Amino acid sequence: MSENPASGRIAEIVNGNDVVLFMKGTPLFPQCGFSSRAIAVLDHLNVEYASVDVLQDMEIRQGIKSYSDWPTIPQLYVKGEFVGGSDIMMEMFEAGELQQLMTEASVKSA
Amino acid sequence: MAMAAADIEAMIRTALPDAEVEITDLAGDGDHYAAHVVSASFAGKSRVAQHQIVYRALGGRMGGELHALQLTTAVPN
Repeated sequence: MSENPASGRIAEIVNGNDVVLFMKGTPLFPQCGFSSRAIAVLDHLNVEYASVDVLQDMEIRQGIKSYSDWPTIPQLYVKGEFVGGSDIMMEMFEAGELQQLMTEASVKSA
Repeated sequence: MAMAAADIEAMIRTALPDAEVEITDLAGDGDHYAAHVVSASFAGKSRVAQHQIVYRALGGRMGGELHALQLTTAVPN
């Protein structure tokens, strides 16, 4: 755990929110096209979600990558589980799988 | 900092010799790519695991010198 000082904080965030997106910027002002796409998908699903702006916290920005063994941001977590980045979100959304995942996880509507 | 499409393709093929790799330079700037990778080694794996295999093939460049790579993966029909 020593090589990832943020892992405790990340676990708290991931387990404390049904749906959480680690992103660059905020839902209103995404700072990267991929984060913007991820937000568009979540807004379309009309689910309640939390977001973490990794640009405000270098420790989380680096730590989240080793937490999930995933090299890029955004990253979506549902009920503590890593779901994927924006490409996987888009693919799952288009296949109707993301909506299904949210329903199965009993995620609240926005 | 940018990577050539041919280098991306070569790295993926080295790790996944059976892979069909299709790279599109989205913006024509050698920095924003889409890759579609089809390999039998993805069979039975989750999407996250499939993408992780490709990211590992790129040896840590993803998220670094390779900022923008839209990735889709599939198993051959």
